[in-house]
Amino acid sequence: MATASVATHDTAHDHHDHEHHDNFVTKYIFSTDHKMIGKQFLVTGIFWAIIGGFLSILFRLQLGFPEMNLEFLRPLLGGWIDESGALDPTFYLALVTMHGTIMVFFVLTAGLSGTFSNFLIPLQIGARDMASGFMNMLSYWFFFMSSVIMFISLFIKTGPAGGGWVVYPPLSALEQAIPGSGLGMTLWLIAMTFFIASSLLGGINYITTVINLRTKGMSFSRLPLTIWAFFLTAVIGLLSFPVLFAAALLLVFDRSFGTSFYLSDIYIGGEALPNTGGSPVLYQHLFWFLGHPEVYIVLLPALGITSEVIATNSRKPIFGYKAMIISMLGITILSFIVWAHHMFVSGMNPFLGSIFMFLTLIIAVPSAVKVFNYLTTLWRGNLIFTPAMLFSIGLVSFFISGGLTGIFLGNSAIDIQLHDTYFVVAHFHLVMGSASFFGLLAGVYHWFPKMFGRMMDARLGYIHFWLTFVGVYMVFFPMHYIGIAGFPRRYYSWTNFEFTNMYTDLNMFVSVAAIITFSAQFIFLFNFFYSMYRGRKATLNPWRSNTLEWTTPINPGHGNWPGEIPTVYRWPYDYSKPGAPEDFIPQTVPLSATPESNLPHEQEQVKLEMEIMKEESEVLVANESKH
Amino acid sequence: MEKELKYVDMVEQPISMHPKKFALWLFMVTVVMIFAALTSAYIVRQAEGNWLDYELPNIFWVTSGIVVLSSVFLHFAYISAKKDNISQLRIGMVGAVVLGLAFLVGQWYSWVALVDREVFFVGNPAGSFLYVFTGLHALHLISGVIFLIIVLISTFRYKVHSQSMNTMEMATTYWHFLGGLWIYLFMFLLLNH
Repeated sequence: MATASVATHDTAHDHHDHEHHDNFVTKYIFSTDHKMIGKQFLVTGIFWAIIGGFLSILFRLQLGFPEMNLEFLRPLLGGWIDESGALDPTFYLALVTMHGTIMVFFVLTAGLSGTFSNFLIPLQIGARDMASGFMNMLSYWFFFMSSVIMFISLFIKTGPAGGGWVVYPPLSALEQAIPGSGLGMTLWLIAMTFFIASSLLGGINYITTVINLRTKGMSFSRLPLTIWAFFLTAVIGLLSFPVLFAAALLLVFDRSFGTSFYLSDIYIGGEALPNTGGSPVLYQHLFWFLGHPEVYIVLLPALGITSEVIATNSRKPIFGYKAMIISMLGITILSFIVWAHHMFVSGMNPFLGSIFMFLTLIIAVPSAVKVFNYLTTLWRGNLIFTPAMLFSIGLVSFFISGGLTGIFLGNSAIDIQLHDTYFVVAHFHLVMGSASFFGLLAGVYHWFPKMFGRMMDARLGYIHFWLTFVGVYMVFFPMHYIGIAGFPRRYYSWTNFEFTNMYTDLNMFVSVAAIITFSAQFIFLFNFFYSMYRGRKATLNPWRSNTLEWTTPINPGHGNWPGEIPTVYRWPYDYSKPGAPEDFIPQTVPLSATPESNLPHEQEQVKLEMEIMKEESEVLVANESKH
Repeated sequence: MEKELKYVDMVEQPISMHPKKFALWLFMVTVVMIFAALTSAYIVRQAEGNWLDYELPNIFWVTSGIVVLSSVFLHFAYISAKKDNISQLRIGMVGAVVLGLAFLVGQWYSWVALVDREVFFVGNPAGSFLYVFTGLHALHLISGVIFLIIVLISTFRYKVHSQSMNTMEMATTYWHFLGGLWIYLFMFLLLNH
């Protein structure tokens, strides 16, 4: 039992003769099965995506139609609509804050990483479950607790947190500042503490599982790129979330115990506060040390999913497998040394700014390598346009158009002009928000058959894709212009400024596009829940894919493979290999079984492989006779 | 069996570490990151000036000694367990737990000493940081003591011996780590205050 892979190999025999008999509670609620936990994360993430999206529609109504009478929202928003039917300005701030928090953390971190890391890691590396099923369950329930607290904060009298999703002090530290900095902020901090605990529990599990529980033959150079992406995401999370915890802890002390880590020389109503000696820039450093890696926590899983979906549906090996891994490693390392590019206007030393600018621009290199590899994988492939494939291509498109503006913003000289304008909003909504969201959707369309044993309706998928894809560009493209024109973000209204008049219709256009895009998501929701029960039954390997998860039964039980865990003999991207009868060769097919398509160096590996297989079968026979 | 696996496809095999032990190491990484963040914050904040200068409580020297001694006891217990010497194992474990508790009491008195020289949690961040470092470290140490007590109980049930060392090894790793963390914090404070 020295190595874990040996352990799984040995115990395989004990596994298939007793079935797990789960009751409703252990199967659907307190499940330790990674597949069920993945689905729990997915459904919770979808719930949050609806809320987060809806909040954005509310503030888009205010921005696009500042004179509009919102009386019809009173049943829902109550006192947040004033007598004249306008949205309450402090509630507007809370809406923006909660939209950001929900989307970044609850949807694109927990909903994306939580769903697919949990669901795919054991299935694609050939493990029975996560390293610790219990910790995995705990991870979901911490997330659930966090969700409940954050959800409650939406309904309290003073409103949820309103200091922006970055919760900079002193705004967030002083209750007198805005109503949202009262109880709402306290709940925000409690919820985020649970969220950090959940992420760390999950991350520790993902890393341990990938390192210790891979099946025989599944070396790191044969891992699907999805697993590489999830693995590196977990590493980033493990290193950066504790720092957010430290930042939040000091903020809690400042808020509730009267310390002065972030507060100094503040006057409210002419009265000086007792706090002296604090530094608000300190918070920004700590926050962005998480905040920037967080961008890649959100993005890398989506990029991993895209690699897998694009290779499968181009029927071609991924172009530059090693380059993909190296660029992801590069992004992982760089993500930790660029945080201060969010702080060019914070009063930081300009020389430091130049260093961070330089480091930031280096990220363009691995990002461009990835884009190049996606495009070259698509190039002259036998493209199959499944909905998952469309969403993946959509991701690449957003990654390019949003990434280009990143090069502008990374330059401190330009950023000082564009900082906190809608240009920034447009940039990160394309490159991080929409791209990751498309990765999430691609993943759901692609692995739905494995999750629920049924297919999603492709036609509805196409409609969903085109409405969303065009909609996202309609929303965020005009924002670049609005931003260059000088519109600052997080403003309730600009009607006081003369120059904004000529952009009124552009803002209106954005709002209408946002409403259409949001409505289009209900097509997906219908498709998702309808297909779960009424969808066409899935076949074993509907996308004719190479990876291990498609060798499990259509509805895999707890333990994933009814018998022995399959051994892996090749990398996951043997698509359209010259000489092979089919256009894909699953990872479980030995090289010795495909002499017609082996490359010269693979032919040499065959001999060794045969020897090992012979010894293996002897061991198996010996084991059988012992039973 | 292991030997055969080694040349499955000539590439490296998964590292041979118990998954739970590996998870513990990852957990310790997160703890390191928290304290790395806090101590960096300390340096950044200190560089901005307006920094209260005060003497560190002398009791820190005592508690540092206690925590090292506690680690020595635990290591003695660990070696005894490897040799299946159960009575020595128990002595070592009890010693480690008692010294762990003594360390916590000592840390409490360091706070008393700080209050005596009018360095409070609320006030100049120079003092607040010290309370946060010691407090957060003490919280982790409490989790370590609980872990040790669990192992101690299992020694009385004869569950720790040379054939069953997993929890013992994990407890030892974690405890040494926490001791080392305190030494780091103390050195850091000596050098940067």
